[in-house]
Amino acid sequence: MLRKALATFGEYLIFLRQVFSKPAKWSVFLKKWVFEMDAMGIGSMLIVSIVSLAMGSVITMQTALQIESGWIPSWTVGFVARTSIVMELCPTIISLLLVGNLGSRITAEIGSMRVTEQIDALEVMGINPASHLVLPKVLASIIVNPVLCVFSIAFALTGGFVTVWLTGCTTTYAFMDGLTYCFRVYDVVYALTKTCVFAFIMSTVASFYGYRIEGGALELGKASTQGIVVSSFIILILNVVITDIML
Amino acid sequence: MIEVNNVSKYFGEKQVLFGVDTRFEEGKVNLIIGRSGSGKTVLMKCLVGLHTPEEGQVLYSGREFHNLPEKEKLLLRKEMGMVFQGSALFDSMTIEENVTFPLDMFTDMSESEMRDRANFCLECVDLVNTNKLYPAELSGGMKKRAAIARALACNPKYLFFDEPNSGLDPKTSLLIDELITKITHEFNTTTVVNTHDLNSIITIGETISFIYQGHLAWRGSSDNILTSDNQTLNDFIYAQPLTQRLRKTL
Repeated sequence: MLRKALATFGEYLIFLRQVFSKPAKWSVFLKKWVFEMDAMGIGSMLIVSIVSLAMGSVITMQTALQIESGWIPSWTVGFVARTSIVMELCPTIISLLLVGNLGSRITAEIGSMRVTEQIDALEVMGINPASHLVLPKVLASIIVNPVLCVFSIAFALTGGFVTVWLTGCTTTYAFMDGLTYCFRVYDVVYALTKTCVFAFIMSTVASFYGYRIEGGALELGKASTQGIVVSSFIILILNVVITDIML
Repeated sequence: MIEVNNVSKYFGEKQVLFGVDTRFEEGKVNLIIGRSGSGKTVLMKCLVGLHTPEEGQVLYSGREFHNLPEKEKLLLRKEMGMVFQGSALFDSMTIEENVTFPLDMFTDMSESEMRDRANFCLECVDLVNTNKLYPAELSGGMKKRAAIARALACNPKYLFFDEPNSGLDPKTSLLIDELITKITHEFNTTTVVNTHDLNSIITIGETISFIYQGHLAWRGSSDNILTSDNQTLNDFIYAQPLTQRLRKTL
């Protein structure tokens, strides 16, 4: 089991070396990069905004319920909601959501190209398929995921504010006060750093599982599931590691 | 000319090719034939560099392909065109984009020059007015022809076809065979076709290499394949009742 895991890790490193090599033609690479950013960003915007609104709403309600006490200042609801949303929920939960959404798309796309010999066709033409297909996706996700994370934070905080306004669990003034209380830019830097690392893991692991498929449709399904499980697992472990390093 | 010298290929412990020696001549349609699982696709993949043989050499006009420095290998690859069994057209691109793709990657042609070249290649394979269609909108035979047009785009010296007739009806198969012969003679390419289609073997095979269980079992041409006294070759050629009847008339 351990030997197999190490062998797979070695294959992954070799794959990364192929991915991070000079593109055959920069103009084609740039075109693909812009296309990927558009597909990833616009395609995920709706699901990210819905999940973030709901997440912000629930975290605000739960925080308000837990700290109903005269001894705790009323701005605490906004403060705790903001800290949870900015530092943990948006970078991690949204990254896990994107693993399911974008990661599975990447594995399926590259895997079906492998199964239908399109990757072999690129190789025979003298094009490095790993670099041509994967590098634009990796760089696009490293740009797009942090942008989605910022949108997610904005939507989640809006969700929290609307919940306070509708339920009256605290005053909107106190909530806004909590949102801005002891705000540190470093918290956002920490969140975006995590998102970038998670985006790299998501795109490279998903591509790796698609790229190494041998067989047909059945293997494609298995690879897609494996890609999601492994990416999610690595993201959760790295979340602990990055938090320990940065905080 | 492509020379194959003593090529052996293993997958783990399993040996698939056993010291194959053959050559594929310039300006001719060269066939690799054999039963399914005999190793002919592995041999073709060794020729185009998708597999690296553990032993032996593949020489392109005297240049040993697998030991070339990466830059020279890349230059040699640009002289190759390959048509895969399933066509391997890029689904996300239109037919015109598929054909112009290698031009876009490797040449400095302008958009209009590339479009003209694509139209010329599509005309060569008798596939006009399909420029804006996607591969999913084409029939099997049309996809094969589009793949041939893409392979022709960079004016290759070496053309490879992996089972070009598989999944096609007899009439479309004939059209593809005619096209392969026409392109080979018109552009003087070294064409290597991997097939077990008997009609192709008899009609277009100018040189034929018969692979049996990973060994080169026979080499000849369509002129003498039907009258060979090689038993394994005859078992392959005369396997069907129709060909057995044909044999009686010879």
